[in-house]
Amino acid sequence: MTTLTSTKDILPPPTERIGILGWMKKNLFGSIGDTILTFVAGAFLLWLIFAIGNWIINTAQWAAVTDNLQLYMKGQYPGSEDWRLWFLMFLLGLLIGLAWGIFLKRAEAVGWVLLIIPVILAAWLFTLGRQSWPHLLFIDVLAIIGYFLGKRYPKKLARPTYILILLYMPLVILVVRGFGQEGFMKLVPTNLWGGLLLSLLLAIFGIVFSFPFGVLLALGRQSKLPALKTISVLYIEIIRGVPLITLLFMGQLMLPFFLPAGITIDRVIRATVAIIMFAAAYMAENVRGGLQSIPKGQYEAADALGLSGWQKMVFIILPQALRAVIPVLVGQFIGLFKDTSLVALVGLLDLLGIARGILANPNYIGRQLEVFAFIALIYWVFSYGMSYGSRRLEVALGVGER
Amino acid sequence: MSRKLLVVLLVVLLAALALAACGGAKETAAPTEAAAATTAPTATSEQTAAQPTEKPAQQEGEGTLATVKARGKIICGVNQAVPGFGFLQPDGSFAGFDIDYCKALSSAVFGSPDKVEYRPLNAKQRFTALQAGEIDVLIRNTTWTLTRDTELGANFAPTTFYDGQGIMVRKDSGIKTLADLEGASICVSSGTTTELNLADQMASRGINYTPVVFETADETTGAYLDGRCDAYTTDKSGLVARQSMFPHPEDHMILDETLSKEPLGPVVRHGDDQWFDIVKWMVFATFQAEESGVTSQNVDEMKNAEDPNIRKLLGTEGDMGAKLGLDNDWAYNIIKQVGNYAEIYNRNLGPDTVFNLPRGMNSSWKDGGLLYSPPFR
Amino acid sequence: MTFKESDHGAVPFWRDERYLQIIAQVIVVVVLIAIGWWLIHNLLTGLEALGIPMSFKFLGLTAQFDIGESMIEYSRNSTYAQALLVGLLNTIKVSFLGIVFATLFGIIIGIARLSKNWLVNKLAAIYVEALRNIPLLVFLIFLSTSVFHKLPRVQNALSAWGWAYLTNRGIYVVWPQPAGGWDVYKWFLLGSFIIGFIVAAIKFREGKKTGRMPLYWLWGFVVFAVLAAITWFIAQFMAGPPMHLDFPSLQGRNFKGGKSLTPEFMAIFTGLVIYTSAFIAEVVRAGIQSVSKGQREAATAVGLSGFQTMRLVIFPQAMRVIIPPLTSQYLNLTKNSSLAIAVGYPDLFAVGSTIINQAGRAVEVILITMGVYLTFSLLTSLFMNWYNKHTRLVER
Repeated sequence: MTTLTSTKDILPPPTERIGILGWMKKNLFGSIGDTILTFVAGAFLLWLIFAIGNWIINTAQWAAVTDNLQLYMKGQYPGSEDWRLWFLMFLLGLLIGLAWGIFLKRAEAVGWVLLIIPVILAAWLFTLGRQSWPHLLFIDVLAIIGYFLGKRYPKKLARPTYILILLYMPLVILVVRGFGQEGFMKLVPTNLWGGLLLSLLLAIFGIVFSFPFGVLLALGRQSKLPALKTISVLYIEIIRGVPLITLLFMGQLMLPFFLPAGITIDRVIRATVAIIMFAAAYMAENVRGGLQSIPKGQYEAADALGLSGWQKMVFIILPQALRAVIPVLVGQFIGLFKDTSLVALVGLLDLLGIARGILANPNYIGRQLEVFAFIALIYWVFSYGMSYGSRRLEVALGVGER
Repeated sequence: MSRKLLVVLLVVLLAALALAACGGAKETAAPTEAAAATTAPTATSEQTAAQPTEKPAQQEGEGTLATVKARGKIICGVNQAVPGFGFLQPDGSFAGFDIDYCKALSSAVFGSPDKVEYRPLNAKQRFTALQAGEIDVLIRNTTWTLTRDTELGANFAPTTFYDGQGIMVRKDSGIKTLADLEGASICVSSGTTTELNLADQMASRGINYTPVVFETADETTGAYLDGRCDAYTTDKSGLVARQSMFPHPEDHMILDETLSKEPLGPVVRHGDDQWFDIVKWMVFATFQAEESGVTSQNVDEMKNAEDPNIRKLLGTEGDMGAKLGLDNDWAYNIIKQVGNYAEIYNRNLGPDTVFNLPRGMNSSWKDGGLLYSPPFR
Repeated sequence: MTFKESDHGAVPFWRDERYLQIIAQVIVVVVLIAIGWWLIHNLLTGLEALGIPMSFKFLGLTAQFDIGESMIEYSRNSTYAQALLVGLLNTIKVSFLGIVFATLFGIIIGIARLSKNWLVNKLAAIYVEALRNIPLLVFLIFLSTSVFHKLPRVQNALSAWGWAYLTNRGIYVVWPQPAGGWDVYKWFLLGSFIIGFIVAAIKFREGKKTGRMPLYWLWGFVVFAVLAAITWFIAQFMAGPPMHLDFPSLQGRNFKGGKSLTPEFMAIFTGLVIYTSAFIAEVVRAGIQSVSKGQREAATAVGLSGFQTMRLVIFPQAMRVIIPPLTSQYLNLTKNSSLAIAVGYPDLFAVGSTIINQAGRAVEVILITMGVYLTFSLLTSLFMNWYNKHTRLVER
């Protein structure tokens, strides 16, 4: 017979597992050593917050930042063509909304869309003055519309969304650059591209154009043909063995000589060529990682079906390999975005270059701390935002888990 | 995804890439095509410029001028960070003494000061940019030296600004002469003649010092202001310009000694004499205008002046423009739109600016200076 | 895939995959060589036309410029080649020290990142995330202009009891200088080192035999230290003190004496260390996390202390995961040291770019610079491959 236990006899849950105090005891004051560590770290943290806060509010003079926001964001890109940049932003909003609606079917996603887009675009608010808030709101509206559309018709919209996402980056290049001398979408020469716009474009250029080269190099490295393999390995290892800055210098100083006399190419393109050469080698290694992750059975199955070498690669192996490396590519894009800051050393006016230019202005002498803190924050928000977003997307899509 | 869709996607993506790539090449192709159209199919404009011995560049339509005209703008290599001479303004435009000379050149060639594309270059890139044909003219406080004139493939137009290297120190440092700099650290920008002059002068006087070398002039002055160095050296005009913008200009002083001669002026590539002539006479026109008393204010009246020299300068008489391959009112346009030398100087460096730099050697020869234009005839 | 049938001549050679492969390769190689030749031909003729034909003879000419800090004798009368050597040595110096310190900090932060203490854990996470997401170049320029140049001026130097001074002209620390007894003592020191090394080797071999590995390096070090201390007194007795301490002091406008580190060196050095340590921390964390939980539990069950568990169980296994990415971080650090040009430290690349401007030899200098960095990469990866194999052998 079992005796009924009276409620009095039931022990309360152990204190260390409940409540804030319990959590603190477990995570902060577990032992004497832990307690000391906590106090030291806590004191350091408090001091840090106080010092930085005090500097931001009391000491810093933000005129060097607030006066020049347009320059930081888009350099000398003509104001009359701002609508193109907005158009791209709207499209991005819609695409993110669609992607979210189609691929992430949970409602919390709306919250994320609403949160993330303004954070990324908050900087743009400054660029066009106060009147730009309707633009920002419109981006959010488009994102929400996209979200609900995507949720409603996931099947129908999946393919157009895929295609648009793939085409988005080339589209950015086309729209920013324009074509024709006059009128609608007139050409904006690259020397007017600057600031964050140029930094992002260089990274986009780099990743988009290095992709085909990277895939070819990766295939070459995997190839059984000795000559192809040697060339690919040589290229990859040489490029990965030298600093990007030497490639950029080579692009700026030597590229004009490599081309026949009479052909001159502009400096942004020269920097881009160097960045593409650089990115292709790293891209190749990433893609190779993807290729190696494909189980041998896939190759054998393709052989068994009687597919030729090319068919096997294009239809069986590459699609799977590329899918597996998507997260790595996002990482590479972030790295490339940070690396574009080196073009400032060859005189381009990217975000860092324009910051240095602004510091040369007599009105802002000695404002290095403010200016560099500001651009570091921009770089940080973008890099961290992208890596955080891609991590969440990865989890939600289950990419790389197959 | 189905196989078909994948293929379609790939094709579209590649097409887009190709489009973008073509777009990228278009701009550069245009001027070359235009230039090539007037010449033999293989010889393009830059080639003639780069290989003077094989093909003389004097023939109509082959030189830099033709390229520039076909392009519709001049590409001017400039400084973006020397206040007073060339710097970036908050609205993204360039301003300064050197910039005004780019504008003057554009006025001479196109009749409008705005047909210029400014290429900010640092000290290290400037000659390679010029050699490679990336820019048409370099107007970026560049010192005329024998090596640069010969080995670096450059041709120097008349000096627009006579300068000399000086040294700035803090007043409370007790440094009065070069000899006091024994054991000092001296801030200097890398890749400049300044860097070499400093090494030469200190070596010849047997003074030990530590050079602290930075890439840009801003970093260099910043380091000096922070107290990283005892002294800061660059051209005296640069020192004055910088000093005027320091938070406490009165705390600093410039030593009397001059370390070097620094004649600064526009530079063009070796081998295109017509273009060289245009740049040369563009500069002389500003000198001559000051000498003759022609300013942007009175240039319209002066067009009908009695003085034959002025009439030739402004194109009322003779065909000076045609001889250069330009319109006859080329000098009129320069003076009307940019001004004479005194106007350019005063606008950027004169008494109404923060620099208030005395003209000194940079006065017309009539006032005891070095600016002297050969006759316009 | 090559099929056996092709051997019988059933397939003509133009459809035989083996020949096709060779032909394809030949075509690719020929095309690439043609493109390469075309590019180089353009380059050479272009340079010829400008009157600066490609040649390395300029290396023997007088450099004419001074360099701020050098580990060897250098003046404006030295040659361009010597200037490049100065730059190379500076690169090696900052890379070597950078690698050592970045590894130390990286391991500490990596372990802190795994701390059970919530606050420590989060602080480490903030450190890593803050640094990994900003460009190194921005960080370096920030350090140079906003930290090291803003240190107190020489006159108000921060002093650590006269042993070290912190100023915006550099950091000065007391440093031993050889004195009278040094000539004798240096031989004693060498002897002590050899004996210490032998002791360590013996202990190591013992450990291999018995299977109980002692702290052989500690043994060696203690023996060396004890011998060095004893011989110090012998040397002092024989020929006076072997070394004296050289204190930095303000003489004229600058500090003299002691060991000095310039702000430019400090900027590139601390920048590289802090930045790379954030990446190394992630490598270390991933390595430690890759060791299965069971290993730790088993070690605790066997009765090993926390430190012993780390040293004997976790780290040796984590090393295998850590080494390859660590190698690439070391290479990155070395390559990133070329950004020294932005803070005014005369490394190889900075000196090279000065020469490019002063001598107009862009192509030659860039080739030399690239060659040197490639050699670094090659040497590092060779060393790491060797180390990789070595650690694997010890474990099995």
